[in-house]
Amino acid sequence: MTATKTGGPVAARAEEIWKVYGSGEAQVTALRGVSAEFGRGRFTAIMGPSGSGKSTLMHCLAGLDTVDRGTVHVGGTEISNLGDKALTRLRRDRIGFVFQQFNLLPTLSAAENIRLPLDIAGRKPDPQWWETVITTVGLSDRLAHRPSQLSGGQQQRVACARALIGRPDVIFADEPTGNLDSRSGAEVLSFLRSSVREHGQTIVMVTHDPVAASYADRVVFLADGAIVDELADPTAETVLDTMKRLDTQTDPVML
Amino acid sequence: MLRATLKSLLARKLRLILSGLAVVLGVMFVSGALVLTDTLNRTFDSIFADAYAATDVAVTAKPALEISELEGEEVPAPLPAATIDKIKTVSGVRDATGRIDLDGARVIAADGKVLTSFGPPRMGVNWTGVDDIMEMRAGRGPESDDEIAMNAATAALSGWQVGDRVPVLTREPKKMFTLVGVWAYTGGRDSLGGVQEVAFTTPVAQALMLGEANAFTSVVVRADDGVTPAQVRDDLTTALGADYQVRTGEELAADSAAGLQEGVGFFNQILLGFAGVALFVGIFLILNTFSIIVAQRTRELALLRAMGASRNQVIGSVMVEAVIVGAVAAVLGLAAGIGAGAGLGYLFSTMGGSSLTLAPVGVPLSAVISAFVVGIVITVIAAVLPALRASRIAPIAAMQEVATPDRPLTKLTVAGSLVTTIGATALGLGLFSDTGDTTIWLIIGGALVTFIGIALLTPLISRPVVSLLGRLFSWSLPGRLGRLNSGRNPRRTAITAAALMVGIALVTGVTVVMDSAKSSLKAEVARVLKAQIMISGDQAGPRPPTYDPAVIDEAATVPGVRAAAGVYHDMVQIDGEQRYVNATGDLATLAQAYGTTAPTLTEDQLAVSAENAAAWGWQDGRTVTVQASRGEPHTYTVAHLYPEGALPGSIILPAGAIKDFAITQPTIGYIRLDDGVSVSAVLPQIKALVADSPEVTAVDQQTFVDDQAAGFDQIIMMIQILLGLAILIAVLGVVNTLALSVLERTRELGLLRAVGLNRSQTMRMITVEAVVISVFGALLGVTVGAGMGSAVTRALENDGITELVLPWPRMATYLALAALVGVVAAILPALRAARLNVLGAISHD
Ligand SMILES: Nc1ncnc2c1ncn2[C@@H]1O[C@H](COP(=O)(O)OP(=O)(O)OP(=O)(O)O)[C@@H](O)[C@H]1O
Ligand SMILES: [Mg+2]
Repeated sequence: MTATKTGGPVAARAEEIWKVYGSGEAQVTALRGVSAEFGRGRFTAIMGPSGSGKSTLMHCLAGLDTVDRGTVHVGGTEISNLGDKALTRLRRDRIGFVFQQFNLLPTLSAAENIRLPLDIAGRKPDPQWWETVITTVGLSDRLAHRPSQLSGGQQQRVACARALIGRPDVIFADEPTGNLDSRSGAEVLSFLRSSVREHGQTIVMVTHDPVAASYADRVVFLADGAIVDELADPTAETVLDTMKRLDTQTDPVML
Repeated sequence: MLRATLKSLLARKLRLILSGLAVVLGVMFVSGALVLTDTLNRTFDSIFADAYAATDVAVTAKPALEISELEGEEVPAPLPAATIDKIKTVSGVRDATGRIDLDGARVIAADGKVLTSFGPPRMGVNWTGVDDIMEMRAGRGPESDDEIAMNAATAALSGWQVGDRVPVLTREPKKMFTLVGVWAYTGGRDSLGGVQEVAFTTPVAQALMLGEANAFTSVVVRADDGVTPAQVRDDLTTALGADYQVRTGEELAADSAAGLQEGVGFFNQILLGFAGVALFVGIFLILNTFSIIVAQRTRELALLRAMGASRNQVIGSVMVEAVIVGAVAAVLGLAAGIGAGAGLGYLFSTMGGSSLTLAPVGVPLSAVISAFVVGIVITVIAAVLPALRASRIAPIAAMQEVATPDRPLTKLTVAGSLVTTIGATALGLGLFSDTGDTTIWLIIGGALVTFIGIALLTPLISRPVVSLLGRLFSWSLPGRLGRLNSGRNPRRTAITAAALMVGIALVTGVTVVMDSAKSSLKAEVARVLKAQIMISGDQAGPRPPTYDPAVIDEAATVPGVRAAAGVYHDMVQIDGEQRYVNATGDLATLAQAYGTTAPTLTEDQLAVSAENAAAWGWQDGRTVTVQASRGEPHTYTVAHLYPEGALPGSIILPAGAIKDFAITQPTIGYIRLDDGVSVSAVLPQIKALVADSPEVTAVDQQTFVDDQAAGFDQIIMMIQILLGLAILIAVLGVVNTLALSVLERTRELGLLRAVGLNRSQTMRMITVEAVVISVFGALLGVTVGAGMGSAVTRALENDGITELVLPWPRMATYLALAALVGVVAAILPALRAARLNVLGAISHD
């Protein structure tokens, strides 16, 4: 099973995408014909063992990397054949990012970091939306601070706010809570979930943590460059179960 | 430890090459200067050895005035023909020939222009036949008084051919001769060392070159077979007495070469001076690079410390790196220096159309040694501070996120203030108080120390200034990011800017002094000079342009001319000091032409400026004895004092002195018109009068003043070109700093690109950073330079620089240029930043 459909409007779609790194002996096939749809206004988690191709899939979906075969659509635009200029614009205007670490420019204040994509585009934030984002993210009193003066959790929340501020078609988050303790992680995740529930934001998140995945509406499981399973309305337990099952399927326990 | 050092050295090739380039350039200058000097010295040696190959022994009369090659041509005293007979009676002398060879035979070329020379003399000689090293190219030697021959170089430069009527300027005004022969030297050489030569018959040479019949400048002696030249020299010395100099051909060659080599030495010092500036700037660059390398290696070094490496080992590892970089730079610099020396030698040998046969380029040991010493010492000095800093890295840093906290600038600022004060004090002492021989060192040292002090203060200054400058660009996001980045590491920004400051400060300083001098000169001339028409010419080479003295007499009779006076020039010796003097036909006339009044001097009176009279203790009525270039000393009474500047020069001798001058024709002329007569009515007539003296022209006052001031512009030009090198090195520093910034901020760049900053915006961001740093450096340089220049100008107030001119347009140009430099320096780093792979950049560490 390498295809997964959601029904309803689609924010991002991958069709039969292949990604091969290197050549000859060192050749690695990171994605082998992955097809997936990410519904608008949905919170999708991508899970899978290390090296299964989660980051690669996300990068391809976000226009940070090119695919070798297959097509990628974001908000109805095919991006697999766009040049650097168009991709840059696409990232600026229609995609938001949250990385595992190093999300913020150290020279800019929190507020400036949040506004960065808009500033790059030369746009002004919508004051009402700005207010909403700042309140939801809970950083009103920290806006003038530099990243170095913020905790890791606060930094990630700033990064989430930055991803949200431009109301992109889709936000990609690669292990956004990977470096955080469980409490800070929960803050960030609730924030992401509420932006989906309350503001109809689309989010695709890579994670290793079943608890983090349980915040999502749906979990897609990757193994060895292909989608192997998926789970709707997950809880930590169901995610864990699925992981265990997949683990024994692919890699039987030796006694 | 060494292995680790070498590995990390290789990993940082590019950066080290960039900073090493500064050392390479400095070393290149040093070794280039030495190679050039060596080559030229050997060239001169061989030229003179050739020239005197046919001379066993030469006899000359002691010159009236012994002067060095730097100050001008020594004028040999005339040697009476009777001496030849006396020489011939001495045993061991086979043959003795009277020779005349004197500078000042100027051929007017076929195009009507006087042949100029930038160094080698223009000799007028008497024809004594074809000797061993000569060969006729065409025709024969001169036999009658209106015939001449010339060497092939002169013939080629002038375009004259055998049979042509050739005008020649000598002690006498223009005279026409028939060219009957062209000679060359063995080995196909057109000349010996680019010297232009015109040969007359002996009586003509005596009249036109020496100004004395039956006399020679030297006697060339051939020894009998079996008698050594040294033997003959000793016998002749005994026979002739102390009034004569007797030298063997070899000695003469060595003495002549030494004279020129002194000139080369001076040239050499200028080159070394610029090498010094280049290396000084280079130190900043290397210091910066090593600091950055140490900062980047913090974790690595901390790990080494954690594994048990001692502080000294860490220092050693940085030092080894410095020594290797220095040695590599020295090798490259030496190679470049040999190339540069050879290139300059070639330029030198072809300068002004002369054809010098250059000795093969050699590499003196001194060049090799100084290349290595300079290269390594400079690099090691620059690496000391970063090495110490490296040794203070705590082992714990290995475990921490690399964070370079903003260390407080207090210590640096205190040190900077202290150093600046010391430097400025030394500079002030050198400029404003009488410190004798140490003056020049106080000034140079003071300036260098001041530069260092200001460089130390720069981080502090950089914060407000850079943020202010940056605001100019803050209208766009890339501009704002660039500005923020340039303010991020004040030390690095500061040291990069400081390197640029040095070159620009020196250029600005010189410009301030030169422009002030120029303006003072113009103002002074406009104030005192009432003459409306001047006769003068451009001087190219050691001999000033001259004209026919009859022009002045004729000019005086032109209707509308109130007074006309010619001024003659010489260097003389008075009370053991060498002084420049002027002389004129009649002081009263000169004063009238110039715009003041003065009495006519008798043959035993001189006039002196009041200021110099006071300085030298020459009160009115005192007598002074003057030894001119030739003839006997003459005693004058101080008869007239005039305010400095009211008459040309500081000492004016009467007409009788002129015959003993090295050049017996006037070098400049002043013509004052009757009231109400327009310059344009008279100027064409005066121009017509000087038509036969093509070295000069008649010009109105404005043109004259501009011509006089043009020399200052030339100096500014030269300085700009030479210090351009220092600025070039500083630009390398900017490139270096930016390249490092790009590298260090790879992840930031990746992030920015990921959230949508496009390539051109990325490039703009880097460019703004570069421009801000460069303009900051230029601003510092212009400010410091204007300050130093003003101080020097003020110090020279008593020497006639009364006006202080700040060259605003030039200063603005330097700033604009710095901005341009920033843009250029940013090109490569910006391209690199724009080309970064977004994903790769984000995961970079
Ligand atoms: N730039 C690259 N060059 C070569 N191989 C790569 C590159 N990036 C990823 N790979 C390989 O592609 C495969 C998928 O990598 P990817 O980073 O997508 O895994 P992942 O699921 O995100 O793993 P993790 O959970 O550890 O982050 C891996 O085998 C990896 O080694
Ligand atoms: Mg990953």
